[in-house]
Amino acid sequence: MSTAVEPQQGAEPRDERPGGRGLVRAFAQGELGSIRVILMLAVIWTVFQLLNDRFLSAVNLTNLLLQIVSLGLISTGVVLVLLLGEIDLSVGAVSGLAAGVMAVLTVKHGWPPVAGIVAALAVGLAIGTANGLSVTAFGIPSFVVTLAGQLAWQGALLAVLGSTGTINLPDSAITDLTFTFYSDAIGWIIAVVVVGLYAVASAVAYRRRRRAGIEAGRADLIVLRVAAVSLAILATVFVMNRNRGVPLAVLILLGFVALFGFWTTRVRYGRHLFAIGGNIEASRRAGIRVDVARVGVFAIASTMAAAGGVMAASRGLAVNQSSGGADVLLLAIAGPVIAGTSLFGGRGSAWSALLGALVIGSISNGMDLLALESSVKYMITGAVLFGAVVIDALARRQRLAAGRR
Amino acid sequence: MATTASQGPEEVAPPAAPLLLARGVSKSFGAVQALVDVDFEVHAGEVVALVGDNGAGKSTLIKAIAGVQPGEAGEYLFEGRKVSIHTPQDAQRLGIATVYQDLALCDNLDVVANLYLGREVVMSGVPGALRILDEVTMEGRTTELLTSLSVTTLGSVRTEVGSLSGGQRQSVAIARSLLGEPKLVILDEPTAALGVSQTEQVLDQIGRLRERGLGVVVISHNLHNVFYVADRIVVLRLGRRTATFERRSTTQEEVVAAITGAVRAELHAGHGGAGA
Repeated sequence: MSTAVEPQQGAEPRDERPGGRGLVRAFAQGELGSIRVILMLAVIWTVFQLLNDRFLSAVNLTNLLLQIVSLGLISTGVVLVLLLGEIDLSVGAVSGLAAGVMAVLTVKHGWPPVAGIVAALAVGLAIGTANGLSVTAFGIPSFVVTLAGQLAWQGALLAVLGSTGTINLPDSAITDLTFTFYSDAIGWIIAVVVVGLYAVASAVAYRRRRRAGIEAGRADLIVLRVAAVSLAILATVFVMNRNRGVPLAVLILLGFVALFGFWTTRVRYGRHLFAIGGNIEASRRAGIRVDVARVGVFAIASTMAAAGGVMAASRGLAVNQSSGGADVLLLAIAGPVIAGTSLFGGRGSAWSALLGALVIGSISNGMDLLALESSVKYMITGAVLFGAVVIDALARRQRLAAGRR
Repeated sequence: MATTASQGPEEVAPPAAPLLLARGVSKSFGAVQALVDVDFEVHAGEVVALVGDNGAGKSTLIKAIAGVQPGEAGEYLFEGRKVSIHTPQDAQRLGIATVYQDLALCDNLDVVANLYLGREVVMSGVPGALRILDEVTMEGRTTELLTSLSVTTLGSVRTEVGSLSGGQRQSVAIARSLLGEPKLVILDEPTAALGVSQTEQVLDQIGRLRERGLGVVVISHNLHNVFYVADRIVVLRLGRRTATFERRSTTQEEVVAAITGAVRAELHAGHGGAGA
């Protein structure tokens, strides 16, 4: 490397020139995973809009967002597990069981709705903690523990529901989670506050870095990023307001994604998840309490799965024997992977849960609009998932070829 | 034929109390006795090379000192005080830093994150589990530290460690060990995977640690490197300490003989056989 840059002077980050070859390389190596997914989304939306012009209508986009809330919440927990280099195959069944417990307690036993929700989350927390302890204390691979869990908790759901099979949820705080929409004014206020906070935080971070004399990134690129994010937020609120307004459910999803996004990148314990996924032995030697982190993450993942189950029940107005079954588990894992979270640990982002759910939700929603047969839907979904994983594998190979592990 | 341990008028007498004194360290894995009653000492401002054949117990000994695999028996005196080392944190608190042969770096994290792994600087005034990372401080100090070690070939301290060369990775690992301002640095095979010029750079970095007044323990198979950098050479054989040499007053042949067991250890003076 003849053009060695003095670290303290590194003013011009070589690989971040817009339009430069660095950008192309970063793209090919999967660095700009979120941009790749956004392009993928743009293609999907264009195709479905051409096939059916109701696809991009305000009412359908609102429906789309409501449809992905449950999946997105489950995926958010899955991302954390994937970052560790582990996997949780029980999230589908846990989401069903938690919803089943909530339905039985509130409908059959007359518990207040909020208590039912808390009980559902507690079920998730307990199962996740048990998963984590099995993995850490007995050294059983998480694959095996959670695969067994997927079967066992499906059985538990059948037992909980009993002979009734299906439990319908009456109007209550539970169904309000999905069917609460805020007025236009509140939607705009939320949008402006979030955009303002994001812009101020970006500016403060930039000035702090400049003042400390370290690489601060290019100001124009930072402005561009803030503008793009702001535009996305404002456009979303605009579209929501043209239908019924901003839904509470979407705020819940975005809130959790933002929370875990912040936690994994800016907070010490969150950073440790990447370290453990990258090199567990190194993390252990660095004094990170690896087992505590692993138990914690499995606990969070199952709790998020339970939250996803609650939201699914809330939107579906019922819990039945197939809740959390079928393709929920597969899609909850596939979503983040499509959006750039690695199955091999140490790479990914909480935001990939949201973007991945958007991709999967868009495909499923679009095919429903076209009234395709189930057979076709399954095959197309499978093909898209396969294609996404191929892209991920190619990106990984590019990284390896470029000498990076 | 017998060599005396220390001789020559220019020899500076080491301080009375060693920085670290380990006594009677033993460790077994099942039926295998990896370490048998080993004594070991390092002084401040001294580079001690730990040599021995494969399976001699070198790594086991430093893992015991580093708290990674505590010994079953043995006591430790650090700066003359009796201390216990049961976990890596115990060792870290005392000021013992270890650079492992595999470097224990996370390839998916950048240089700054690796340097501060497990002891990140966080914003003050934020409680518990929400301790926010102070990236600005960490990045600034990383740059300072690397500059002080004359590591200038990194394009950016935000480079992923997985994309660095072997020598750069070793430099990052050594820089990381200095972060906690340790008094004793242990290096396991620091030059094993390096080319000639990178090896020289790393050996010079080890010399710079000695100039800082740190105690340094180096495990190496390469006697050429050992003679280049070490002040004292401790030989382990089959889990026992069999010989000790002052570098100035010995030859590679003698050390090789002690490593292979070709010469009875008692012939060598110094700190001598463990079972004596």
